[in-house]
Amino acid sequence: MKTSLQETNDPARMGEEEMAGAANIGSPAAARVRVRTLLAVPVAASVALVVHLLVSKEQPETQSYSIFLCIILGSAIVAAAVQSFSSHLRRWLRHMCPIIAGAVSLSCLWEVITSGLRLLPLPYFPGPAGVLQSLIDDRASLLDSAWNSLQLLLAGYALGVAVALVTGVCIGWFNQARYWGMPLLKVVGPIPATAWIPLAMVLSPSPGLSAVGIIALAVWFPVTMLTASGISNTRASYLDVARTLGAREAYLVLRVAIPAAMPSIFIGLFMGLGAAFLTLVVAETVGVKSGLGWYVAWKQGWAEYGKVYAALVIMAAFFSTIMSLLFKVRDRVLAWQKGVIKW
Amino acid sequence: MVAMSANLSEGSSLSVLNVRKDFPAPDNANIHTLALAGVTLSLAAGELVSLVGPSGCGKSTLLRLIAGLDSPNSGELWIDDVPITAPSAERGLVFQDPNLFPWLTVRRNIQAGLVARGVLHEKRHEVDEFMRLVGLEAFANALPHHLSGGMAQRVALARALINHPKVLLLDEPLGALDAFTRMRMQDEVLRLWQARRTTMLLVTHDIDEAIYMSDRIVIMTPSPGRIERTIHVALDRPRQRSSPEFLRLRGEILELLHFAGNATRDRSPGVGDSSSGQNQKPPEDAKPEEPDLAPRYTESRAVRSPAPPSEPLDAQVIIIGGGPAGSSLGA
Repeated sequence: MKTSLQETNDPARMGEEEMAGAANIGSPAAARVRVRTLLAVPVAASVALVVHLLVSKEQPETQSYSIFLCIILGSAIVAAAVQSFSSHLRRWLRHMCPIIAGAVSLSCLWEVITSGLRLLPLPYFPGPAGVLQSLIDDRASLLDSAWNSLQLLLAGYALGVAVALVTGVCIGWFNQARYWGMPLLKVVGPIPATAWIPLAMVLSPSPGLSAVGIIALAVWFPVTMLTASGISNTRASYLDVARTLGAREAYLVLRVAIPAAMPSIFIGLFMGLGAAFLTLVVAETVGVKSGLGWYVAWKQGWAEYGKVYAALVIMAAFFSTIMSLLFKVRDRVLAWQKGVIKW
Repeated sequence: MVAMSANLSEGSSLSVLNVRKDFPAPDNANIHTLALAGVTLSLAAGELVSLVGPSGCGKSTLLRLIAGLDSPNSGELWIDDVPITAPSAERGLVFQDPNLFPWLTVRRNIQAGLVARGVLHEKRHEVDEFMRLVGLEAFANALPHHLSGGMAQRVALARALINHPKVLLLDEPLGALDAFTRMRMQDEVLRLWQARRTTMLLVTHDIDEAIYMSDRIVIMTPSPGRIERTIHVALDRPRQRSSPEFLRLRGEILELLHFAGNATRDRSPGVGDSSSGQNQKPPEDAKPEEPDLAPRYTESRAVRSPAPPSEPLDAQVIIIGGGPAGSSLGA
């Protein structure tokens, strides 16, 4: 009997039979990158360069776009040359080459349609060269706007999330808070935050403060809603287990319900971030006299559409970077979950 | 066995006196389902008792009452001479689903009870001890979704045991495991029980498991849930699953459960029928004196679904009228 008990406790044997689910299959070494893949970017860049040179004969001021294309061409060739030394680079190239080549081709097509064939009316649709030139010319103003937008966004988002987590947990956990909070949430929540702008401008001492408040309100609704639903949907058996382990209410809320609600909370955080971007741009356009939204409206007033597009490019980079950061945080916090969506 | 000496006992005696519990029907609060009709049961300190019976006989309800997660409509529950009023760390509970907190590593799951009671600082050394006890030192930092069913259930056991419960309640803890892992885990649970002498109440669907492990087997019948019979298992441990005494006892219990004879089998065409079919039967059909145990028993043993059966719903519906509003359906 004793020996058989020892046998059952032998970790090696257990490991063999029970660790099937835990087996970590190492990823296979990166195979070679196909020549076609490696050539895609240089070919696309060369074509774009030739097209650009042909198209821009009569517009001599757009050297920066040629330089930009040359840099892409040069880096693609260098990367193709050194890829055999680094498996990381190889994997990255195999993944990224098609999409970069696609982007370069698209901007080439854009140039053909706008500057080349002049199918779209100027000045509303400048070519890629014009946009790049605007980006470079007005970089100080754009950076300043982006910085102002970032401050506004972070202040509003942080305030909204902080309040929403508290209200969400309360509504999700306490019956009294749910009784009084839910109707408020259901009535006030669906109003688009931007609809509050007139009121906010009257109430708030400064336009910046009113924008922060409006963004916070926009964030508050989805985060509260999903936090509350995540908390109230905590598996009852987790709470039962915790109770039989001697947990008091603080433990149940902070160590069981909130972690269990995290996946739902993060969905709220993503929805809130989207709402915050939207509200930020609108608030800047109508009230605050700074930021990327304001910049777009301002340049549009001067019919400087190259700068409008430049601001859109910055906005895209800016917002998607913030979104990616949130995904990174999510992946860390929810590492315990299986099968999370990649961003 | 070295650890058999009684002075190591951590267990307490447990008494359940004439406990009655009903649940309101989900759609009508005036119709109540009687889950337990006056159950009386007592366990001596350090005893291992199995609770056997078909789905709907109130085994899990009884366990939840003892755990303090629900309160009875009438009757008393005592641990030694202290009445049970609320959940407490002195009554550990292990479910069929290990219910590990998926966001915590194995180590943090095991120490959850210490954290919850605010004694992690003094008792940190015990975490390693309990991980060793269930043979999981190597997986301290693994997350629950990386564990197999058997390993996860070991973690759940360690998590319950680290609080040194006076009574350990096991709700079909091995029901979801494959036959080989289950037999190994039975030895494991026995070893833990022999080492600590915790009083254990084990709910199971498996007669072999009940005979192999317990001092006494309590057989319950449904509609409404009550205790039918108690059988003492007087075999010496370690028990041999194929010894004549074991098989004879097994036969007796099967007979008691109306499972052994051909006659009972013939009048049960619905073998393998899902238990939901029972609800459609008119109430007159349910005879508490001669319960239709055989088909349900086969069914619940052969195709155990991982989800715990909603037992109160299976029980016969009776009208009591105006019961306590606060009671909820057991999860």
